[in-house]
Amino acid sequence: MAHHPAHADHAPEPDYIRAKKGIMSWLVTVDHKRLGLMYLASVLFFFLVAGILAIALRTELFTPGQDFMSAQTYNKVFTLHGAIMVFLFIIPSVPAAMGNFLLPLMLGAKDVAFPKLNLLSFYVFSVAAIMFISTLVMGSIDTGWTFYTPYSTATGGAATMAVFAVFVAGFSSILTGVNFVVTVHRMRAPGQTWDRLPLFVWAIYATAVIQVLATPVLAITVLLLGLERIFGVGIFDPALGGDPVLFQHFFWFYSHPAVYIMILPGFGIISELLTVHSRKHIFGYKAIALSSVAIAIISFLVWGHHMFVSGQSELAGIVFSFLTFAVAVPTAIKVFSWVATLYKGSISYTTPMWYGLMFLWTFTIGGLTGLYLGTLSIDVHLHDTYFVVAHFHYVMVGGTVVAFIGGLHHWWGKMTGKMYNEKAGAIGALLVFVGFNGTFLTQFFLGHQGMPRRYYAYLSEYQFLHQISTIGSWILAAGLLWTMIYLLHSLWYGEKATGNYWNATSLEWHTQSPPIEHNFHDTPHVTGSPYDFPEIDKSGATH
Amino acid sequence: MSTTSHGSGQHEEYPPYLAHHFDTMGQQAGAAKLGMWLFLATEILMFSGLFLAYFIIRYFYPDMMLSAHEFLQKEAGALNTVVLLISSYTMAMAVRAAQTSNTPSLKRNLLWTLLCAGIFMVVKYFEYSAKIEHGMLPGRFYEAHYHGYELVGLPHIFFAVYFTMTGLHGVHVLVGMGIITWIYIRASRGDFHSGNYIAVENTGLYWHLVDLIWIFLFPLLYLVR
Ligand code: HEM
Ligand SMILES: [Cu+2]
Repeated sequence: MAHHPAHADHAPEPDYIRAKKGIMSWLVTVDHKRLGLMYLASVLFFFLVAGILAIALRTELFTPGQDFMSAQTYNKVFTLHGAIMVFLFIIPSVPAAMGNFLLPLMLGAKDVAFPKLNLLSFYVFSVAAIMFISTLVMGSIDTGWTFYTPYSTATGGAATMAVFAVFVAGFSSILTGVNFVVTVHRMRAPGQTWDRLPLFVWAIYATAVIQVLATPVLAITVLLLGLERIFGVGIFDPALGGDPVLFQHFFWFYSHPAVYIMILPGFGIISELLTVHSRKHIFGYKAIALSSVAIAIISFLVWGHHMFVSGQSELAGIVFSFLTFAVAVPTAIKVFSWVATLYKGSISYTTPMWYGLMFLWTFTIGGLTGLYLGTLSIDVHLHDTYFVVAHFHYVMVGGTVVAFIGGLHHWWGKMTGKMYNEKAGAIGALLVFVGFNGTFLTQFFLGHQGMPRRYYAYLSEYQFLHQISTIGSWILAAGLLWTMIYLLHSLWYGEKATGNYWNATSLEWHTQSPPIEHNFHDTPHVTGSPYDFPEIDKSGATH
Repeated sequence: MSTTSHGSGQHEEYPPYLAHHFDTMGQQAGAAKLGMWLFLATEILMFSGLFLAYFIIRYFYPDMMLSAHEFLQKEAGALNTVVLLISSYTMAMAVRAAQTSNTPSLKRNLLWTLLCAGIFMVVKYFEYSAKIEHGMLPGRFYEAHYHGYELVGLPHIFFAVYFTMTGLHGVHVLVGMGIITWIYIRASRGDFHSGNYIAVENTGLYWHLVDLIWIFLFPLLYLVR
């Protein structure tokens, strides 16, 4: 049967934004949709802050010498940029902001399993954010986002505060993860079997499992690092008898899985965007769903690829290199399935689709260059160069951020009740694409030629490529600002969104936009796959 | 996807302890229990990081560990082990009492558990005070040599590991005492009976984990060979 727009037989009920009034109704809300919006506002704010820092870094690098930042300032700025981007933007971005909003809707549930825990998680996150920001007035941090010992045990500034901020942020992440795993297990609508889950749910599920299993190790790592700084416990500090490489093992045991916390939700978004906007059933549903789980598992076994030159044993290096290649298999399965989904689809070039297509290019470049870095002999040459900077920005920006922005457009009307302007969206996507590749494609060449990362100045041979990169970053910034402006503009002047403006079939489209406070008037019953579009293909002309 | 809606029985007879977003008490209890197990998994993983650090330090400095551990009070550790085992038993009895709607027994057993936890903390307090008095402090605060103790190697690491592991465990005991107190208050209000005991059960799970961790800490720290 066809989709039902907001049930006409019910008296109109106010949507979740208007259901309650006043600032307090937001501050103590346990509604997953409101919390999702609050997270969204927070992570976008941190994206803006860290983005401004990034532009400052790139601008400093426009000329070989020092322009307006000393070496010391540059260290502090890239640390702050990286740490905010990782811990306050990208990790909570898709799961905490979009996942919160969408997960119960996609499951046909009234809320997540533990709504109060969800609110608590938001406040824990806020405390972490405040602790982080407070480092600015406490002398800043200059360790890099990786906090490698022994430098991080020796340097002054506010590293202790930053380390505990990461500790606290980790708890927020754990609480969200536990909540989501339980929600997927226990809150599915009647008839929604595991093979009828939208792929976004599968991705969020796999992410939540990693959050639950990996973050405690980060917690203990940063706790020990904090204790090392306060008490000099002698576990990581070589001067006191500790082992600095042990810190790297601990850190990457979390942080490699964490890169999948960053990218898996992006995969989930892409699966939704590509099917809905090409009106094709997803190719290889099971393969995409289970490859997320495979990635989650293998991701715990590859941390050593960050440590090829740290003096770990040769055998360990070979094993880690092999396992790193193994992760590429499930990842490639996904990419091939997405491309196959598009084949003979009825593609509409909406903004979400532009971002979906962009992702296929940029993420694939990011993923493939990861294989270069996973190759032992090549990594010895490329380690700690701009090649690495380019690689992880292709994955994190070209992958996650692109998927995030695409998803933001896809669900914007659902979340806010207003439609953005398609033409403005296409212009934004073009600017982002050009700017992004301009910024980071050049850096592969820079890195290959030997430009090391984390330097505020460089030899004049590198100037040409650095300048293209910096100009690219300005174009990227313009694209993102443009996107911010037209999205905000739509809040006041945008067209009203209908309940199912994409003619999509997963459950979040079976309620009005924005949804009512309890999501659905009646519990939906699921009888088929979330990607059955045929009846819409026939009637597509009517929309 | 095709979906059908059914007029969900509009809130007939809503059980008083059922949160609005669940359909049945069974679903609610199942969610709470799964959540608790996941949380326990995170606890185990967090402590396993510490255990790993412990083993690596022990592998680096076996002689130092052997000599420094002699300064822990084995009797105190053994006493605490017994106390915690008893508290696990009383906690299990409390859960049983909640399942059988026996509120007086539930309250009594919670009090016994609290008492055991209290004894544990008092013993820990005396142990810590003795260490502090002798300068056997973690890391750069270590100064036992000024008090006339000559330990082999780098004992400041042993005491750092000791204080970190038992300290983190002690924090868990304190948190557990807080939760048990809260459960006691709720029990006094008559919240728990055979139809609603998941909170007691989850508290029990947490408490058993806290005991379990101590069962590993005790031999590793006090009985090094
Ligand atoms: C928006 C456009 C962005 C630009 C122009 C940009 C630019 C930069 C620059 C110039 C550096 C310093 C490189 C160095 O000197 O070694 C850097 C480092 C870094 N960036 Fe970005 N970045 C952007 C977005 C992001 C995003 C979205 C993330 C998300 C995780 C991110 C994560 C990092 C990390 C982790 C570092 C490493 C910091 C460190 O070395 O400690 N960046 N970025
Ligand atoms: Cu990695």
